[in-house]
Amino acid sequence: MLDILVGFVAELRQLGLPVSVSEEVDAAEAMAQLPLEDRQAIKSALGATLVKSANHWRAFDTAFEVYFSIRGAQFLLDGEATPLGEQDGRAEPAPDGQHPEGFGGTETATAEEIAAMVIRALRDGDQLLLSAIARLAVARYAAMEPGRPVGGTYYLYRTLRHLDLEGALARLVAEARARASGELDDEHPGGAVLRGRRPGQLTALEERLLEDEYNTRIEQLKTEIEAEIRRRLVADRGAEALARSLRRPLPEDVDFMHATREELVAMRKAVQPLTRKLATRLARKRRHLRRGALDFRSTMRHSLSYGGVPVEPRFKHPNQAKPEIWVIADVSGSVASFARFTLHLVHAISSQFSRVRSFVFIDGIDEVTGIFERSETVAEAIQKVNLEADVVWADGHSDYGHALTVFYERFGDEIGQKASILLLGDARNNYHAAQAWVIRELRHRARRVFWLNPEPRAYWGSGDSIVEQYTQHCDAAYECRNLRQLEAFVEHLS
Amino acid sequence: MSGTAADGVARFSSLQAVREGLGSVGYLADDGLSSVVYLADRLAKPVLVEGPAGTGKTELAKATAGFLGSRLIRLQCYEGLDEAKALYEWNYKKQLLRIQVERRAEDAGGARAPGWESLEEDIFSEEFLLTRPLLEAIRATEPVVLLVDEVDRLEIETEALLLEVLSDYQVSIPELGTIRAKQIPLVFLTSNNTRELSEALKRRCLFLHLDYPSLERERAIVLAKVPGVSNELAEQVARVVRSLRTLDLKKHPSISETIDWARTLVLLGIESVDLETARATLNILLKYRSDIEVAAKELAVASGY
Repeated sequence: MLDILVGFVAELRQLGLPVSVSEEVDAAEAMAQLPLEDRQAIKSALGATLVKSANHWRAFDTAFEVYFSIRGAQFLLDGEATPLGEQDGRAEPAPDGQHPEGFGGTETATAEEIAAMVIRALRDGDQLLLSAIARLAVARYAAMEPGRPVGGTYYLYRTLRHLDLEGALARLVAEARARASGELDDEHPGGAVLRGRRPGQLTALEERLLEDEYNTRIEQLKTEIEAEIRRRLVADRGAEALARSLRRPLPEDVDFMHATREELVAMRKAVQPLTRKLATRLARKRRHLRRGALDFRSTMRHSLSYGGVPVEPRFKHPNQAKPEIWVIADVSGSVASFARFTLHLVHAISSQFSRVRSFVFIDGIDEVTGIFERSETVAEAIQKVNLEADVVWADGHSDYGHALTVFYERFGDEIGQKASILLLGDARNNYHAAQAWVIRELRHRARRVFWLNPEPRAYWGSGDSIVEQYTQHCDAAYECRNLRQLEAFVEHLS
Repeated sequence: MSGTAADGVARFSSLQAVREGLGSVGYLADDGLSSVVYLADRLAKPVLVEGPAGTGKTELAKATAGFLGSRLIRLQCYEGLDEAKALYEWNYKKQLLRIQVERRAEDAGGARAPGWESLEEDIFSEEFLLTRPLLEAIRATEPVVLLVDEVDRLEIETEALLLEVLSDYQVSIPELGTIRAKQIPLVFLTSNNTRELSEALKRRCLFLHLDYPSLERERAIVLAKVPGVSNELAEQVARVVRSLRTLDLKKHPSISETIDWARTLVLLGIESVDLETARATLNILLKYRSDIEVAAKELAVASGY
């Protein structure tokens, strides 16, 4: 058991989770306290001792499923002796005793029969049937090839395509509708939503709730299928090999430029604490400078009570330095997904600081501070920015030179010593003039100027990237491809 | 490591006992939660409970204390909390008084004044110590539950205050020496994750992420917490809330808001939720104008199959 734990922890570290030795010891102690056959308890014990951030739970979950996959007798792969590939076309034997009423032996189930089973399982929310279907469907449709070093996404896709769950959902809703209006007499009531309701048309609310219910069940089925595929892959190639091909970056390591939708959602959640951190860092800085210069007058006044000895020096109240943040972001196509993320960041920052001014540009530049202030939600703000901001000047291709010049002409005078300027972009300028003098001027006027570039440092200066011409005038330039790097930047800031 | 159940009597006999115990005071625990609480006792480690607002983090500590019959000592964290408020403080006024009395006696020509040393020993004794929650939990002779609420509100520097108490269950007072715990308190820390807690703190704790409950658990919670609610209504309430949580809202309804909503519906004598009642009472579940508008619109729209 200890061997498995050590291997498992090594895998977590490979994934990038910070697991310390003392936590590993805790995990071992925790496991000793629990009955080993209680898989769920073991899982939560390991989770509680090894994973200290909700963002890492997903990675932990996958790794756990791989390393501690179920290998009980009732879960034996059909004919462990036969290689995986040969089962193709043949379904696995019926899971005995799980479904007494059965379907007359699932080995011979036709595609239609499987589809009917899917509908029935989804309608009744029958857990056992759902997992039986998952096993059957994977055996039938996934056509897994032994030894292929893949993570299983492909098999999942192949299985789901055959099951047509979208169609199943449509059929279920139609069926429920028909049943509700009394056209369909039924023995199986369509879930508890309809139980005990008077016959009549489904209201919109009921329909919505029903749909959500079915969607949850479909998600369950997908998870089951995924687990089944994983189980087979573990049996085929061993836990370590599979874990390697399943490795996915943690939310903080996902590249902004290539993030999927779900990854973006996860990142958005992670940004919130980060901006708070940024805010507290700046605020702390201010609080630490609690003392101003010596107040001579007050010191003398107080010394009178000590017979003229200035025992207690008095200080002036310092001027509250309110940080002013100027964010200038490239929103052109080449950095589109980064830009979307940037706007999230800007929104988060502007909710933390009172004095944030934000600008977006492509080849023209426009101030969007007001849009962010007026908008209730990030989504609304981003939509408005996309619709209202006037960022196209000539042809809608990035022109940093022109955008910066216009910015300097219009707003340059307002930048003072309190301002910190953040420039976000890849500086791919389509071979326009750089006008790097603008940055130099800004540097003179502002307190600090930072450049955040979503491209890997190795690409800086290649092709039409002229980032180096700009960054030579900045206080610092950071590669900012993922949350970890963004966090490093925030750490640096103070 | 020293901190196993051997140090004291284990509070829970088995995993099952934890779940049933929490259930007996109306807190419905799932498997993960009860095994973490069980382990906290067995390994003598604090539990760091994290999750969205209103998912029963604080309630967990209260319920645990409730069914164990232990005293609950609570430390509410806020920005600017310091040693004097969290650990201990010398009762300055009383010390001053003590010195005054000494002098008065001397002036009256009474007993010879004791030396400085004995006086110092005297005024820095336990009599002049004001215990604050952390020290109180350590000094308690009976088993207690310590709740450190909203630990993420502490500044990162103040967080270090907790470390000695949480890992070694002791408090060092320069004038008195180290005070060790007579019993290991069961400690819960809660966090809303407004900022990342320090690695040092996280390493010492068992981590428990409390998320919104599953449909079944939420229904059970509503049934347990709302008197007079019917099975059907509880089911509907749980379903509507689950649907709301799938929407893109500023703040999703919490468990406590679900319970409030169910109570309201019962008070209004509503037996089944339809769109109109849902819309009229959405302001109990959602606290932002824009969220209410989004929800009122979305609930009526099925995706059109």
